[in-house]
Amino acid sequence: MGWVATFFRSSIGSKFLMALTGILLLFFVLGHMTGNLLIFQGAEALNAYAHWLHDHPKFLWTSRIVLLAIFVIHVTTAIRLKLENMAARPVSYVKGRTLKATLASRSMVFTGLLLLAYILFHLLHFTLGVVQKDATGPSGPGGEKDVYAMVVTSFGNPVYAAGYILAIALLWLHLWHGIASFFQTMGWSHPRWTPLFTFLGKALSLLIFLGYVSVPFSVLTGLLKLPAGGN
Amino acid sequence: MKLILHIWRQPGPKAPGRMERFDLDGISEHMSFLEMLDLLNEKLTAEGKEPIAFDSDCREGICGMCSLVINGVPHGPEKGTTVCQLHMRHFRDGQEIWIEPWRAKPFPIVKDLVVDRSSMDRVMAAGGYVSVNAGSAPDANSVLVGKDTAEQAFEAAACIGCGACVAACKNASGMLFVAAKVSHLGLLPQGREERMRRVRRMVEAMDQEGFGNCTNQYECEATCPKEIPVAFIARMNRDFLKAALFSS
Ligand code: HEM
Ligand code: FES
Repeated sequence: MGWVATFFRSSIGSKFLMALTGILLLFFVLGHMTGNLLIFQGAEALNAYAHWLHDHPKFLWTSRIVLLAIFVIHVTTAIRLKLENMAARPVSYVKGRTLKATLASRSMVFTGLLLLAYILFHLLHFTLGVVQKDATGPSGPGGEKDVYAMVVTSFGNPVYAAGYILAIALLWLHLWHGIASFFQTMGWSHPRWTPLFTFLGKALSLLIFLGYVSVPFSVLTGLLKLPAGGN
Repeated sequence: MKLILHIWRQPGPKAPGRMERFDLDGISEHMSFLEMLDLLNEKLTAEGKEPIAFDSDCREGICGMCSLVINGVPHGPEKGTTVCQLHMRHFRDGQEIWIEPWRAKPFPIVKDLVVDRSSMDRVMAAGGYVSVNAGSAPDANSVLVGKDTAEQAFEAAACIGCGACVAACKNASGMLFVAAKVSHLGLLPQGREERMRRVRRMVEAMDQEGFGNCTNQYECEATCPKEIPVAFIARMNRDFLKAALFSS
């Protein structure tokens, strides 16, 4: 197995690690978004999904542990590479110039680390319910969460909604470069297909942004509200 | 023409350096950028001052020796051109120009604008060759090479090893250089046999020299005087994965 470690420590192997964990995270982001969008089918649909997850602890915990591992690899590799890259240019240019790199490509570590910070907050907020307790505490008859009510109440507060929208914008920027970059790293480059993949990657990142933001947007504009006379 | 030049001066590898300003008059727009620096050096020598050290050799865009970062761009503002082939007509009279050396850990400064690029030679020595002695030239057409393949190999072979890709890269990565060498040799029949071993050894040598890692920002492609495309980096990634998985 020595060759595996050697491979993933090498510059190109590390890139594969970034790309593979990145694309797995993208699948999670898409799955998570699909779950979120159930909110537009009403409180029952969203709550049924949430309760289904909690009724299958084996599935839930396996997913969480795998996701955590992927995430830790993605973040630690990103930081290791960033440190190496900084060491590779000890003295910077007096007059630096950028010809082709984009805001998104240049800020990958920055958007990534801000995302990490937001995700930690997001877990404290919605998963553990230690932030904004009045909105996120258990509320159902059996003590289980009314996820629909939690989301609508939380995003009813413009500060929480704005923070969420900002974080999703960072994700958009991260994936604007990240998805196209994935194909190059994997070696899937072809004059006919690369422009198409790059375009589709950017389109998908925009779609993800719109999909996630549609929830707080709908709460803020009153499209989604608590049932009349609800809790 | 008259120019205001800000040039990196550094007496030696360990000495501290700084930007120094020079006002230079009497420049012809037909001069190359290096001839403009020659003019400045003649003036400095006549004044009894230390001339500016910079690299050049062929002065016709093929040796890869010239290496100046002009206003933040390796080889200057003209696309697909080395500094030695860059003419002063691309600058305005009275313009301010910043001239700096390649900046990367594997390229330590020797003096002023001269850097030591032997790290690239060591990467080449690790596998950038064909080790079979193939004897005399085979009969024409006895070894078939498709036109597309030949053109692709030629595109990669255009690399002159100047190091502009490293200088331009946000991470001082040498991947476009190594990718060009690996692809050029790996595409042709003579070099194909050692393709897997070559990519493994050259990447290993590249990593040891302390080059940065590619983050797919493509500054290298934008600055390469031979306009070598980053598709070769994708190709090297593929080869490297194949070599790691399947070669002994
Ligand atoms: C939480 C902290 C995160 C950090 C610190 C981080 C950091 C990075 C960095 C530094 C890169 C390398 C970019 C480059 O090659 O230029 C990257 C690539 C990538 N990231 Fe993230 N990221 C994070 C979260 C995410 C998330 C949540 C996703 C999920 C959608 C994601 C998806 C990707 C993708 C698809 C790539 C492209 C891989 C490649 O370049 O081949 N990242 N990330
Ligand atoms: S001096 Fe030879 S390429 Fe410029």
